[in-house]
Parts: sequence; C-alpha cells; structure tokens
Amino acid sequence: MAMVDTASRISSPSDLASVQEQLAAAAEGRRRVLVCSTGCLAIGAREVEATFRSEVAAAGLEGEVDVVRTGCHGLCAMAPVAVIEPHDIVYGRNRVKYVPNVITETVMKGEVIRRFCYGRDEAMAHTDDIPFYAHQTKRVLRNVGRVDPTEIDDAIQRGVYGAAATALAGLEPDQVVEEVKASGLRGRGGGGFPAGLKWEICKQNPGKDRYLICNADEGDPGAFMDRALLEGDPHSVLEGMIIAAYAVEATGGVIYVRAEYPIAVRHIRIAIDQARERGLLGTDILGSGFSFDIDVREGAGAFVCGEETAMIASLEGQRGIARPKPPYPAVRGYYGEPTVINNVETFANVPLIVDEGGAGFAERGTDGSKGTKIFALAGQVNNTGLVEVPMGATIRDIVFGIGGGMPRNREFKAVQMGGPSGGCVPAAHLDLPIDYDSLKEVGAIMGSGGMIVMDNTTCIVDIARYFIAFCAEESCGLCAPCRLGTPQLEEILNRITEGRGTLDDLDTLESLGEVVKEMSLCGLGQTAPNPVMSTLRHFRDEYLAHVVDKTCPAGVCKALLPVEDGKDT
Amino acid sequence: MDAHPMGDAMAAVDLGPAHAVLERMAPVDHGHAIPLLQNIQDTYGYLPPSVLLELSDETGIPAAHLFGLATFYAQFHLEEHGRHTVRVCRGTACHVRGRQVIQEAIDEELGIEPGETTEDRRFSLETVACVGTCFLAPVVMVDNDYFGKVDPKKVGDIVAGYE
Ligand SMILES: Cc1cc2nc3c(=O)[nH]c(=O)nc-3n(C[C@H](O)[C@H](O)[C@H](O)COP(=O)(O)O)c2cc1C
Ligand code: FES
Repeated sequence: MAMVDTASRISSPSDLASVQEQLAAAAEGRRRVLVCSTGCLAIGAREVEATFRSEVAAAGLEGEVDVVRTGCHGLCAMAPVAVIEPHDIVYGRNRVKYVPNVITETVMKGEVIRRFCYGRDEAMAHTDDIPFYAHQTKRVLRNVGRVDPTEIDDAIQRGVYGAAATALAGLEPDQVVEEVKASGLRGRGGGGFPAGLKWEICKQNPGKDRYLICNADEGDPGAFMDRALLEGDPHSVLEGMIIAAYAVEATGGVIYVRAEYPIAVRHIRIAIDQARERGLLGTDILGSGFSFDIDVREGAGAFVCGEETAMIASLEGQRGIARPKPPYPAVRGYYGEPTVINNVETFANVPLIVDEGGAGFAERGTDGSKGTKIFALAGQVNNTGLVEVPMGATIRDIVFGIGGGMPRNREFKAVQMGGPSGGCVPAAHLDLPIDYDSLKEVGAIMGSGGMIVMDNTTCIVDIARYFIAFCAEESCGLCAPCRLGTPQLEEILNRITEGRGTLDDLDTLESLGEVVKEMSLCGLGQTAPNPVMSTLRHFRDEYLAHVVDKTCPAGVCKALLPVEDGKDT
Repeated sequence: MDAHPMGDAMAAVDLGPAHAVLERMAPVDHGHAIPLLQNIQDTYGYLPPSVLLELSDETGIPAAHLFGLATFYAQFHLEEHGRHTVRVCRGTACHVRGRQVIQEAIDEELGIEPGETTEDRRFSLETVACVGTCFLAPVVMVDNDYFGKVDPKKVGDIVAGYE
C-alpha cells in the first residue's frame, strides 16, 4: 500500500477522516485477491493464499497485486472462496495448481474462467450476477470478506470508527440512546429485546461502575454469524461497543468469546491491541476525553453460559449457573453493577444507526423488527453459508432464492430456527415474512440466526430427540424441572425412535414439556421443550408413524427400518 | 505423606510452571479463577489436582471452588490428556449430515469413546457442540485443525497425520 502515515495515534475525528481519505485514495482501483482465511481454512485456503502470494512475487507483480487474508465471503459451499478486485469476480473451489492461471487471466486481464464460477456458469462470475448475493442486503456484513481483519488500516479505510467519531464528538450520550431507541434495533442474540430500552434502563440505575458485555458465546449449534463477524470484521464490533459504552457511560467492557472459536479469539485480541495503539480504544478515545477499554475472556465449554446471568457468574469466576430475573443485568449485573449485555451482531448494527440516524435505520424491515438479519444457512441446502437479508424476507427467499434449494432436488421438509430454544418451520410457512413476532406465532423463534434446512431424509422425531438430549446434557442442574424434566423428555423420545412409543407418550411429551417450560428457572429450561412442542404441532403424522405404524418415514431411526431380505441382522 | 487421600492423582508434579502462571497473572482474585485454570491447563495439558491445591494456597480461592469449576466446565479435565484432542462435532448441521456414522468410525479407529484417552496418550476424544463451520458438515477437529465433509472411510487418514 502507498505511503500513508498510519503508525501514529489518531487523536481527533478530523485526524481519522484524513487518514481514512489517504488510505482510500491509495486503495482505489487496486488489484486485490481476497482469500477467505477463516472458515475456508478447513478446506485448503491457507495453501491457496500462500500460492497466490508466491506466484504474484514470482511474476514480479508485488507492487501491483495485493493478496489479502479476509473473513468469510458467505458462499461457504464453494470453499475455498476468493474474490478478485477490482473486477469483483467470485471464484470458488480454488486449487493451488490453478493459481498461476487465475493470476494471468483474471487478476491481470479481468477474464473469467468458467470452472471457478458459481454453477460453473460464466454469466455468474460477478457478485451482482450471482443469485446468492443478488438477493442479499449486505449491511452489517459489508466489510466481512473485504478487509484483512488483522489490519486496522483496512477497517479505517472502509470507514470503520467513523460513526464512533461522530458519536463521541457530536452527540450527547443520551442522544445516542435516543437514536438507538428510534432505530427499533432489537437484540440479535435470540431474545429480541429492544437495545435502546435496555441501555436506557441501565443508565437509570445508579452504580459505582457500569459495565458493557459483548456476548460472543454463540452456543446454538448450527449458528456461525457471530463467528463470521468477529473473525472477518472485528473492528466494527469494537466500534459498536465503544459507541454503546459512550451512550451508557460504561467504565469497563468485556467480550466473552467461545473458546471453540480460536480464530475469532485471535482476531479480536489483535483488533483490540491495534485499536488501543491508535487511540481508538483506551484513554481519551479520539481526543474526546472519553475513556473505555475492553477485556477478552474465553468461555470454558458450557452452553448455559450464553445466558446472560450465567455468563456474569462465569465472568465472576463462578460456575455458570443462571439466577432468577428480575433483577435484570441492566439493573444488577457484573459484580452487582448495572450492566448492558448485547450480542455481537447487535453491537455491529450500532455504527449503522449513528451513521444513518435512528429513523434512517428503521426504514428497513417490518413494523416490529427493523434492519437486517444475518443467518447461517446449513443442513440440506445447496448454498450453505452466511447470508444477510432485510427483516421481513421470507423463508423461501432465503432457502430457495439465496440458498439455491435442496441438493439433488430433494423435497423441502422444514427449517429449524433458533437452535435448542427454537422450533421447526414446515413447508406450509415458506412464505412467512421472517421477523421476531411472525416466527413466534408459528412456534419457532428468530433465535440468533441459525437456519438448518431439512429435507425428507431428516427424521423430525430424531431432531426433537437430538435437541432435548442437547439440553439435558447442558442443563446447569440448578433447578429441578430442567434437570429432571429434560432427561425424561429425552427418554420418551428415545423410546419413540426405538419403536417402543405409545400414544400416551405423545400426551406426556406435551404435558411434561409444558411443565418444564413453565417451571424452569432460566431460558435454557424455559425454551428446551420448544423443539419438541413445535414438531408435535407441525409434524404429528410423523410421530404417529413412529408410534402407531412403527415406521420411520425418513429412514433414519434404525430400529424402525424394514429388515431387508437376505441380510443378516 | 505416602497415603494421600487422592492417591495416584497426587503424583509429583512440578509446581514451577504453575507459579510462573500465577506471577504472570498477578494479582489473581476470585474473578480470575477461570482464566487461571485455562492458563494452567494450557501449561500442563490438564489440571493436575496437586497444582489446584497449590493454586488454592497461593490465591486463597478455596480448593473446593477450583475443583467445582474444573468439573462444571466441559473444557477442563483433571486427568492427563492425550497429545492430541480429536473433537467430533455434535452440532445440528453435522447431526443432519450424518455425524453419528463419523462418531462410530472414529470411536472404532481410536478404540475409545468420547471422554476417554488412548492408552498410549496419543489421542483424547471429545465431542463439541458446533465449531462454526457447519457448511462443511460433518466436521471433525484435531487440535486447532478443521476437517470438513468427513467421509467415515477417511477417518484413519485424518488421525494418521498426528503423532
Ligand atoms: C440457554 C441460553 C443460551 C443463550 N446463548 C446465547 C448466545 O450464545 N449468544 C447470545 O448472544 N445470546 C445468548 N442468549 C441470550 C442472552 O441471555 C441475552 O439475552 C443476550 O445476550 C442479550 O443480547 P441481545 O439483546 O443483544 O440479543 C442465551 C440465552 C439462553 C437462555
Ligand atoms: S453443527 Fe457441526 S460445525 Fe456447526
């Protein structure tokens, strides 16, 4: 990159603006190969990236072509993925041996090579042409895949920290809270509580200190939105936290990250160090007089620690055990002080609100749910990956428009949303506009954004059993309804999948599920029966097949498979 | 001294590295108990009970509390682990894409079940609830390396890469 004085501390908003301008001018029109170096690492991205680097050097193109390690491009099904700028060509299934050819043809001449294109179709080389991208609205994800997350200059060049500068220099803390309230932003961690209101409640409570916690535990199996944000654009998460801290006048911050995400942990730590060095975090941020710093803490492998009161217990060095609410953390949280806990994606939305104003932000979405939502699309769908759509998009848009439908044209059966606290949405609701409230009506929840697509090879009863087993194992054990009720539900479902179920069992599932929901102490138990209840509601026939006909229509439950002739069992 | 209630578990362990961790983290109070255990486990590969007692003496955090944490959180183990940790994802995406078969193949390949360590201490086997690469389901992690779209016939090749 060209000569920009980037090493020094940025001490005012105008400093930031001029550094940003210089960086942007230097980046203009550059040839860049953006290789996903996060999720795609699992499938050879490091070797591909290294080869791009060595081949660029061998061709004497180092001054002309930048090879950049980025976060996720979203199209994970085509891993390893690289985007080539300035042409904006997306290549998947990259292999080391093809790299020299890609450099001479595509990077240097802008010519498209069919075999790497989406659907191996030349007409789908550019991001705008690919349905997977064309149906999305990338806002929170705008920088993911476009920056090297370990280089703060890349973030600054893309405008990150601009909103923090605006807020710290131009808005009163209460004004920031007002804008966030006006934006209608609701928590992206699953509960959907209005963020601005939470901040206001926290501010109304006097405390010696006031804390801000970023919930990066991402415990729902099948969800990887927060992982992608932390790995691919950690500075935007930090920026959101800085703005929030300023708004609620927080004195300290913590990011609680799942230890199972080693790259996310690494990137967020690097980002924090770099932001501190440049005066964007720590004492006297951007010369505003406001000071705030952030600690990173790694989880220790307990799902329940994603629940806010359990998380606080864990941060205080206790076992991760939830406590009854109220009082909510905003009133009595970390070390008894008022504490705002928000999810990674919630924080990542905050800079957009400052940039556009609350009303501007609220233009997207539905009445009750504003902005966009990131979903992690996985399971039996062609384009598994990371997608961002406006609230109110339909499940059909996501699964078929963006996701490209089922592999081998199999039949869509359901989509599981919200993980162990959520439910299955059947084909009849494919056209349901997704928002917090509509999903609740059909017995599912928005959850954090994991969407697991299921086709006719997935057994619904097995899925219900799977989730209950998960919750039974993760129950912290404090309250009896959850500790004892979830294994009992599991036992019944085991019976049904093993062909020993009765019609009475279905009634027991419902009544016991109701008890666990009503009587459990924390969200884990209160929501654990949801996957069972929602599948009983939408897929009763499949339960009946197991119980009455002793068959598993999906062919999953081993005990219920027909014994084939000639095969010894 | 020789009849310690914890028997073998109290076999001599060098406390030097534990003191180094304490020094690096000082001052250590209750709130740091989990990062403390994480650092100790990084250092020793597990949480040797004699080290936990020493930590308790040094920090004033009751030993019962440290043992309570060590048994509550899945990440911690009180027994020596294998040189490598194999984690089979039991997340939803992996579940619907056949992780059961992978689990069985790996159990068989290593001759142990989740939660156990091979006799030669080469591998410990664990399960994990989603490692966040669900698009590659079914997924297996060995140490910090990811393996995606795992074929049950190929699990032998995967573990062969780790001595
Ligand atoms: C069992 C359980 C697990 C949870 N796991 C997470 C999680 O992994 N990530 C998260 O952001 N919120 C999780 N939550 C929700 C948090 O308790 C809390 O509502 C959230 O962090 C608030 O942030 P938000 O308002 O920005 O969503 C969980 C809740 C429960 C009951
Ligand atoms: S479910 Fe296995 S990686 Fe997410």
